[in-house]
Amino acid sequence: MNIGKELNYQWQVNVLGRSALRLNRILMARKAGKGQLGKSRLLTPPLNTSIWTKELIGQHYLRGRYANSHGKVAWVTSGAPIEFLKALDFYLLYPENHGALCGAARAAEGLSIEAEKAGYSRDICSYARTDIGAMLSGKTPVGRLPKPDLLLACTNICQTVLHWYRVLAHHFQVPLILIDTPFIYTEMTDHAVAFVKAQLEEAIIVAEKVAGKPLDPRRFKEVTRLSMLASELWLELLRRNRHRPAPISVFDQFTQMAPIVEMRGEASTVDLYAAMLKEVDQRIEQGIGVVPEERLRLLWDNLPVWYRLRYLAEFLGAHGAVIVASTYTNAWAELGPQMDPEHPMESMARTYMYPILNRGTGEKLATMRQMIQDYHLDGAILHSDRSCKPYSVGQMDQRDRLMRQDDLPALLLEADHNDPRSYSEEQVANRLTAFMEMLEAA
Amino acid sequence: MAKIEALGVDVGSTTVKMVAVNDHGEMVWHMLEEADPRAADQVSRFLAEAARRFGSLNGVPLVATGYGRKLVQQAARQVTEISCHAMGIYAELGHGGTLVDIGGQDSKAIRISDSGKVIDFAMNDKCAAGTGRFLENTAGRLRVPLQEMGQDALSSADEVPISSTCTVFAESEVISLIAQGIPVPAILKGLHRSLVKRVAAMISSVGLTAPLMLSGGVVKNPAIRAMLAEETGSAVTLPDHPQLMGAYGAALYALRIAE
Ligand code: SF4
Repeated sequence: MNIGKELNYQWQVNVLGRSALRLNRILMARKAGKGQLGKSRLLTPPLNTSIWTKELIGQHYLRGRYANSHGKVAWVTSGAPIEFLKALDFYLLYPENHGALCGAARAAEGLSIEAEKAGYSRDICSYARTDIGAMLSGKTPVGRLPKPDLLLACTNICQTVLHWYRVLAHHFQVPLILIDTPFIYTEMTDHAVAFVKAQLEEAIIVAEKVAGKPLDPRRFKEVTRLSMLASELWLELLRRNRHRPAPISVFDQFTQMAPIVEMRGEASTVDLYAAMLKEVDQRIEQGIGVVPEERLRLLWDNLPVWYRLRYLAEFLGAHGAVIVASTYTNAWAELGPQMDPEHPMESMARTYMYPILNRGTGEKLATMRQMIQDYHLDGAILHSDRSCKPYSVGQMDQRDRLMRQDDLPALLLEADHNDPRSYSEEQVANRLTAFMEMLEAA
Repeated sequence: MAKIEALGVDVGSTTVKMVAVNDHGEMVWHMLEEADPRAADQVSRFLAEAARRFGSLNGVPLVATGYGRKLVQQAARQVTEISCHAMGIYAELGHGGTLVDIGGQDSKAIRISDSGKVIDFAMNDKCAAGTGRFLENTAGRLRVPLQEMGQDALSSADEVPISSTCTVFAESEVISLIAQGIPVPAILKGLHRSLVKRVAAMISSVGLTAPLMLSGGVVKNPAIRAMLAEETGSAVTLPDHPQLMGAYGAALYALRIAE
C-alpha cells in the first residue's frame, strides 16, 4: 500500500468529505424540521430519511472518487451476484446506477451523444450509451469514476450487458467475469442452479487473484446476510403501500432504491431501510399519504423516466393519482426470500437467476396480477421503454390481458429511461390526461 | 332564434371547430375553419360570431378540446379529445362501439361502452403515417385534388403496394412508381391501403366492438370508409357531421357545467 495515497484517501473521504456530507445532512434536516423540504404544493414532503439516503449515496460516490488509491475496484451490472466481491473488499461501481444518476441530473443526453459520436447506435440501451459516453469523455456529474480492476457482468437482466462489458474490458484491459444465468421459462431447474454455481466458483478464483487474498467464508456469509436483510426490509417498505392512503409513492421508491442496488451487502443500507420503515409506519399511523387526497391507485411497469420523475409525480398528483406499486422497485424486494446466508453459494445462484427479466413474460403478468389484489389498483401505466427491450417486450399482450381478463384499465406510455430525445412531453401529457379522465369517469 | 346553453371548441392541428348546443344537448350551430396559428384570436372570432347570432354569451360556458385546447383562455375547462369524441359520438349515435377518428395530423381509436364511457383508447400523434397528412402529401405529388382522391382510388381495379410507411419515403416511392408508368389510380389505391392498414392496427390494439364508428375530416373520403370496412370486416357508421364530434362532445361537457 502506498502510504501517501492512503493518507490522502482517508483525509479526502473520511475527514473532509464525510464532514461536508454530514453538514449537508444537518442543514437539510433543519429545513425538513421547518417543513421546507420539497417544493411541491401537490405532494406531501419527502421522507426525512431520504436525507440519509442522499448522504449514503454521496459517500458511496465520494469513496469511488478515491477508490483506486485505496483498494480494488470492480464494475458490476445491477443484478450481479456481488456478495463474494464485497466480502473481498472490492469497491463496487454500478454503471447502470451511475447512468440513472446522470439521467436524473439531465446529463445523460450529452453523454449519449459522446457515445454516438464514437459509433454506438442510438438503438443501444441509453444506460450503456450514457456510461460509454462518460468513459470516453471522462465527464460525469459525480466528479470522477474509479477505474476498474475487474468487471462482472451477469446476463440475468439482458444481453446488452454482455456486449457492453466486453467494450469495457477492451477499453480498460482488465479481466471480465461473465455469469450466464439460464432463462427461466417456467421453473428454476436444479441443473441450471448447478451451472450457475459452477460459474460462481470459477469467478471467485479470478476475484481472489485480483484482490490478492482469499475469500473469508465467514465474511461471505455476513455480506449475504446483510444483503438479505436489506432486501427484506425493502420488501416490507413496498408492502406498506397496501395501506390507504399509500405512504410512499413509487416515484420516491425510485430514488430511495439506490442503496438496495448499489450498496447491498452493507450494514448502513440495512440501518437506513430499518429507519425508513419506522418513518413510513409513523406516516401510516398519522394517516399521511403521498398526496393530500388519494383518489386513484396505479401500477408502474418498467424503468423510471429518470429525467422527468418529479414532473410525472406532480402531473398524476394533481389528479389525486398515486403510483403505489411497480414491478421495477419490486425486483430487488423479490430477491430477499431467495437468499440464505448459511449457504451463500447455492443461494447466490438461485437469487441471481430469479430477477424478473430472467423469467418468462407470463411471470411478470402474474406479478402484476398479484399487485392488483394486494395494492387495490385502479389502473396501470406500462412504460414502453424505447431502449430497454427486455423489459418492454410482451407489454402489448400484458396490457391486453390486464384489460380484458382482469378488467384493469392500462395505458402504454412511450418514453425512454435515460434518453430525453425519445420522450415527447406534449404527447405523454395528452395520453396521461385522457387516461386520468377515463379513470375518473369510470 | 334558438337559445344556446353551452359551447364547445375543438382546436385541431388542421381545422378549428365550434359547436353550440341547446338545453337538450342538441347541436344548433357550428362553425369550422382552417386552423390559424394564432388560435386564441381565432377562437375569439368564433365567439364573436356566436354572439352576433345568439346575443350575449354571458353565462354560456365554453369547453375546449383538441391539441390547442390549452391556448383557449376563454374556456371554463379543458377536456381531452378522447373524452370529447366519445361523448359527442355517443350522444349523436346513441350506442357504444369502437370509434376511429382520422384527422389531419393525428388519428385515434376509442372503445366506448354501452353506457358511453371510454374503455380504452390508442392514439397516433407521433407520426404522419396513419393520418390525413399522409394522403395529402403523397396525393400532392400525383396532382390529384384531395376531394377526388378517394373516388379515383375506388375506380381502380389494380392496386400497387406502397412499402414505405414513412410519409416522406412514401412520397419518393410514389415518384418512382409514376416514373415506371404505373397508372395514378392504382398508386392511389395503394396509398389508401397503407393508411387504412395503419389505422386497422390501431383499432385492433383497442379491440373492435361493432359497430365501427368513424369521425374526423378524412372519413369524408369514400375509399377510406370502404377499405376500412373491408380491412376490419365490420360495417361502418358515420355521424351526420363527422368533423364536429370533438367540438360537440366539448359542448356537452360545457352543458354539464351550465347545469
Ligand atoms: S437494456 Fe434494460 S436491462 Fe439491459 S442494461 Fe439497459 S436498462 Fe438495464
